[in-house]
Amino acid sequence: MTANPILPRRAVVEKILQDTPDTKRFFVTLKDGEPFNHKPLQCAMLSVPPVGEALFSITSSPTRPEYLEFAVKEVGTVTKHLHYEVQEGTEIGIRGPYGNGFPIDVIRGKDLLFIGGGIGLAPLRSLINYCFDTRKDYSKIQIIYGARTPEDLSFKEEIFENWPKEDARLNLTVDVESPGWEEFVGFVPTYLEHLAPTPEGVIAVTCGPPIMIRFVLQGLEKLGFQPEQIITTLELKMKCGVGKCGRCNIGEKYVCQDGPVFSLAELNGMIPEF
Amino acid sequence: MKKIDKSKLEDLWGRLAAEQDLFLPVQQDSVVNFALWQEGSRVNLEAVNSLLPPKDLLFPQSEKIFSYKRREGELSFEEAPGSGPQVIFGIRPCDVRSIELLDPVFFKEPADTFYKNRREQTTLVSIGCLEPDTTCFCTAFGIQPLDAEGADVMLYDMGTAYLVSPRTEKGEKLAEEMGELLEEAAGAEEEGLQQQQEAAASAQEHGLDLDGVFEKLNDMFDHCIWEKFYRRCLACGTCTYLCPTCHCFDIQDDGSPEEGQRFRCWDSCMYEDYTHMGHGHNPRPGRRERVRNRFMHKLNYFPKDHDGVYHCVGCGRCVQKCPVNLDIMQVIEEIGKEGVGGEGHDR
Repeated sequence: MTANPILPRRAVVEKILQDTPDTKRFFVTLKDGEPFNHKPLQCAMLSVPPVGEALFSITSSPTRPEYLEFAVKEVGTVTKHLHYEVQEGTEIGIRGPYGNGFPIDVIRGKDLLFIGGGIGLAPLRSLINYCFDTRKDYSKIQIIYGARTPEDLSFKEEIFENWPKEDARLNLTVDVESPGWEEFVGFVPTYLEHLAPTPEGVIAVTCGPPIMIRFVLQGLEKLGFQPEQIITTLELKMKCGVGKCGRCNIGEKYVCQDGPVFSLAELNGMIPEF
Repeated sequence: MKKIDKSKLEDLWGRLAAEQDLFLPVQQDSVVNFALWQEGSRVNLEAVNSLLPPKDLLFPQSEKIFSYKRREGELSFEEAPGSGPQVIFGIRPCDVRSIELLDPVFFKEPADTFYKNRREQTTLVSIGCLEPDTTCFCTAFGIQPLDAEGADVMLYDMGTAYLVSPRTEKGEKLAEEMGELLEEAAGAEEEGLQQQQEAAASAQEHGLDLDGVFEKLNDMFDHCIWEKFYRRCLACGTCTYLCPTCHCFDIQDDGSPEEGQRFRCWDSCMYEDYTHMGHGHNPRPGRRERVRNRFMHKLNYFPKDHDGVYHCVGCGRCVQKCPVNLDIMQVIEEIGKEGVGGEGHDR
């Protein structure tokens, strides 16, 4: 009998860091020692019996295999358990990776524009670090990232220390004026409009709250980006992760298998129910 | 062709049940459902459709996935054991087709090992339907009431005996088990079969035409037709629980931090929390969206991915049991009346 795809593997939470007031980072290793083999923007199902399991995007790059890393915002029962019950050293279950992942071949040699909002940076970060680790494969890289306040910005040591040293342009914004904040103030789509990047030879990748994504997509189109140049990642409720339990469908597509990464061209051909 | 006299069925069941689990339609009070055969079971092979489809025998309503234990911090999982061989005896051709529609869902990689394990060890013995129920419309989906393509053994009711036609390797094996209980059928009986088939195929009076329904629905996501249908729906989920092709499930844990189990159980796309996400967003927030999704899944989304094959078999269970008579036949009829790209597209 082949392996049961909904049976978790044993894993350990090695390290936990508070990332923002409502988000923690979990560094996980597998007990079987076998690789997880994920691609940027793929997801994994984390199990914390008896509370259940939930799907999270893997925020670490496959080029940095020491840990599988997850940035978890407290919103529901599983995330609450992860925040308050799980400690460094706690054993959990993990299964995956799930989803199509990012089409790396599409972006080789291109300019890359990443646009993230809030915890939406977590999936993008997997790809951003992947690109920094294989930097010669890409031309220019620009990152536009924003959150409500400076303290809500995720992965601070990366956006303030590591990434500024990389060969990339980094543009940060927060929604409202905050003491000591000297970068842009305004919503991410507003900043995008202000920066007005040119679309020639660029692939734009965006993730954030649904409302932000909607306005970023509109903004990019206004700037002349074609639907094929715009890539986003979706999130729907999932249980099985293997295209059977039904709930993550958008028409005939199952986001857990056919997604979560879609180009705007693909989304335009799908029913608007996400 | 071989046949088996109806007086020998008890012997046959005893023999089959000794080798594997044997499930057949059993009458309990006024209800017929598939149940494990035991001596003295009130077997009813005359009722056209069991109340519940035998889907449960391949995809149980509730099923343990694994048990877990946490001892001194160490978490371990033990997968639930697989099941043994089984025969589903007396399954009707519509329900056989429904299994053929579940197969691609659960077999698609990564395959569902519980379903696959059961399915590979299941032998389907189907009985053709001579007389349809009032709510039967399987012929609308090209199903022959007297002939199930996906059956391992097909039985034809000839009055005092069943003609026995093994179709697959599993079916041949089962016919061998039947051994001397089988006898040669007379030529006249085989001729009678031909007539029966023609009569059964034309006995349903639904008048439904599925032609073009799938294509029309490509343009009907925003159509006002859904407005009309959803208002009646109570979101009780009965249709989904009785449906032989619905395959949605939930996964939940049951136990303490130290030990317990994870199980899966049928779920329903008619329920609000089916798609309600932790942070509050729900892509199908109302009954309108959920009713639309169910019919679209049966008549458009599934066919899109499966060579145009509809995800409904016309068994009529939902038609019979819906408390507000939200009738899929009526839905199909109404869709059929709409012109492609015609009026009614703006809500």
